[in-house]
Amino acid sequence: MQHSTNLPHPFEPTQDELPPKPGHHFELDRRKFFKLFGGGLAVAFVLHDLFSFAGETLPPEPSSIPTSQVGAWIHIGEDGTVSVYTGKVEVGQNIRTSLSQIVSEELKVPISSIKMIMGDTHLVPYDAGTFGSRSTPQMGTQLRKAAATAREALVQMAAKNWNTAAKTLQAEKGTVIDPANNKKIGYGELTKGHQLLLPISDQASMTAAADWKVAGKSVRKINGRSFITGKHEYVSDMKLPGMLHGKVLRQPSYEAKLLEVDVSKAKAIPGVIVVHDGDFIGVAAPDVRTAGKALQAIKAKWDESTQHPSTANIFEYLVKNATAAASGRNAGNTKGSVQQGLTIADFTHAKTYNINYIAHVPLEPRAALAQWKDGKLTVWTGTQRPFGVQQDLAEVFKLPKEKVRVIMPDTGSGYGGKHSGEAAVEAARLAQEAKKPVKMVWTREEEFTWAYFRPGGVIEVNSGVTNDGTITAWKFTNYNSGSAGLNTQYKITHQQIAHLPSDSPLKQGSYRGLASTANVFARECHITDLARLIKMDQLHFRLKNSNDERLTAVLETAAKAFGWNSSAKSAGHGFGIAGGFEKGGYVATCAEVIVNSDKEVKVVRVTQAFECGAIVNPLHLENQVMGSIVQGLGGALFEAIDFADGKIRNSGLSAYRVPRFSDIPKIEIVTIDRKDLPSAGAGEAAIIGIAPAIRNAILDATGIALTTLPLLPNGVLG
Amino acid sequence: MVLDVNGVKHEVTVDPDVELLSVLRNELDLTGSKYGCGEGACGACTVLINGSPSRSCITPVTSVAGKEIITVEGLEKNGKLHAVQEAFLTTDPFQCSYCASGMIMSAVALLKNNPAPTEDAIIKALNGNICRCGTYPNIVKAIQLASKP
Repeated sequence: MQHSTNLPHPFEPTQDELPPKPGHHFELDRRKFFKLFGGGLAVAFVLHDLFSFAGETLPPEPSSIPTSQVGAWIHIGEDGTVSVYTGKVEVGQNIRTSLSQIVSEELKVPISSIKMIMGDTHLVPYDAGTFGSRSTPQMGTQLRKAAATAREALVQMAAKNWNTAAKTLQAEKGTVIDPANNKKIGYGELTKGHQLLLPISDQASMTAAADWKVAGKSVRKINGRSFITGKHEYVSDMKLPGMLHGKVLRQPSYEAKLLEVDVSKAKAIPGVIVVHDGDFIGVAAPDVRTAGKALQAIKAKWDESTQHPSTANIFEYLVKNATAAASGRNAGNTKGSVQQGLTIADFTHAKTYNINYIAHVPLEPRAALAQWKDGKLTVWTGTQRPFGVQQDLAEVFKLPKEKVRVIMPDTGSGYGGKHSGEAAVEAARLAQEAKKPVKMVWTREEEFTWAYFRPGGVIEVNSGVTNDGTITAWKFTNYNSGSAGLNTQYKITHQQIAHLPSDSPLKQGSYRGLASTANVFARECHITDLARLIKMDQLHFRLKNSNDERLTAVLETAAKAFGWNSSAKSAGHGFGIAGGFEKGGYVATCAEVIVNSDKEVKVVRVTQAFECGAIVNPLHLENQVMGSIVQGLGGALFEAIDFADGKIRNSGLSAYRVPRFSDIPKIEIVTIDRKDLPSAGAGEAAIIGIAPAIRNAILDATGIALTTLPLLPNGVLG
Repeated sequence: MVLDVNGVKHEVTVDPDVELLSVLRNELDLTGSKYGCGEGACGACTVLINGSPSRSCITPVTSVAGKEIITVEGLEKNGKLHAVQEAFLTTDPFQCSYCASGMIMSAVALLKNNPAPTEDAIIKALNGNICRCGTYPNIVKAIQLASKP
């Protein structure tokens, strides 16, 4: 059976990262630019220098920057306001704050004078999306350079004004100062009457992380007050004059086919608009309640004869329906001969690991507010890919992209689960018919059923080890989970690693750490098993085989803070460790569990070491790492989507368990600040260690080697 | 019917079985209280009803007529934040902050009855509030900061 969920579709989320697409929506030229933003000085990210900075000489006309090369820009207005334009969006990772810190640091302006304009397709340069932990290493680096370029240009402008040498001047708090005579001029005053558009210079001197004064500090969330007062408007809170509320008729089960439908009773309700267009049936009404009543008044008959796999047979199903191994950048490593490696081993070990589907459960469900005006469509929606949703809308409504504007206000989280724009399309279709703005807010049940999941998967590992602790063979076959974290980080001569996509019965997509939550689990469980076979300590075995000094450093740091060698272990207690790296972040996690005589398992404490280069904001990094551990704890212990007959059976928060206060063990986080390394993202790698660390601790306590995620769906060892 | 919200009396005309959350958000434009689950399982909609933390998404509006309702918007007085809000601002535990209003209302209710709660008491009182970003230990710290020493 083939499922339509695997066909290409404009809203289909990607299982792995999306490849960066060249942008081509924004006709940027200098005159248009300053018409939009007012006069002053702007620095844009471009790959090739198109302009040469020549004092007050304007760039040659027509001056246009190929938009595929623009990733971010900074504008300094005549009033001294610094505006930063980026396609990255805020879903709680606090990138609004950390990018502000980076600009403040390099431009030498107070953080309070910076305005961040994010995720608005009409104002910011094209961006593929906020995923893959790219905001800090890529956007952060671009903005650092842009800010440094602007600062140097401003200093040169002041030098020219004062007829002195630039190198004798200093930039500080939004002004240029001449220490020789204490003369001072504000950035705004310097840019007055100018329309200067500069490319980012690779030569601009940037502040070393060791000398950071604003970056590297625990700056509080810059718009924090609006959240703790309830004033921040998430999309679900927004309202426009005359706005209607939308609801969409959903299939009773996946792939149910509509046989007949009668919408007349819904249409008869005063104020209700009904849209029946192809397989889309939706309603809009002046209030949510009436919209709900209208939806109930629609009589539909469905054909639900499609056979579906269920939770009970999903793992067999995924293996049986696997296709050829992924190639290209998603292919696994193959070298040596696994057969030969197994032959020379003192012990061989084969295990199969099963990974259940889990849900992101962003606390704010999908929401969109759509408005049509003069043939142009504006949609406010919580998405990690505003430009992707703009593209979807343009295709669906057959509009040129300039006529579609997508705006993403700071949103109630995503965790990789909001790459798509379903609610945006639904709201826009209803608003088109209603000729009024329409807001769609998905229910929790809709979010559980019609969004997408972290893939389920099956991972087979067949390995060999010799008594001296050498891993001689490593065959690793992943069905359906995805390719992130597929390859091993250990020294192994003979390896054969593959990812085989399968026919997923559930819609699946990105997640925090992508497939590495599955692949690293299987790998790190198996590594501990090998250590036990040769009676070697599982930490020592990892250190002996580690192929990466940063991995070794986090393993040693976590073990030391945890007291791996020094802590006494009482009866019933077990220690486990796991480690890995993903997207530039390195993690090692130690866990202690206690298993009582009723086989109840309690995670007592977790120590996690994390390193992602130079730390931009220690407090917000801690929150990211802590949040990853806690979210990872849910997937490790009890989160699993339960499905049968094309229906999700636990599509509410009373049925799908997520971690709560009482589930949280004592958590110790040790961050390593590598000021000598570029900053990397922190929202993903930090999640991968917790599940295998707990599993390995249970093994240490009981001798029971669990192989399925979640480990303890019923809270006890089965 | 008349609703007493944040010390202001509002005359509202609504279906009798509609939930309080819907009236707050859609009729009174008080959108600080959030929809998260619709079954009282996540706490994002928490408000105080006669001082008790209540899940407004499962509270029929008719059941609160004549009662004193406080939402997150009612905590700030004359531009001055409530001590619990101040503590959250200082501790800065939130990521996406969608759970913030509910967390803060649950914390305000707890500290009113128990100004110096133990960590266990905080966990017990807040266990109905989900933070999917998972920064629970720092939320506990914020509540401890707002506690009387």
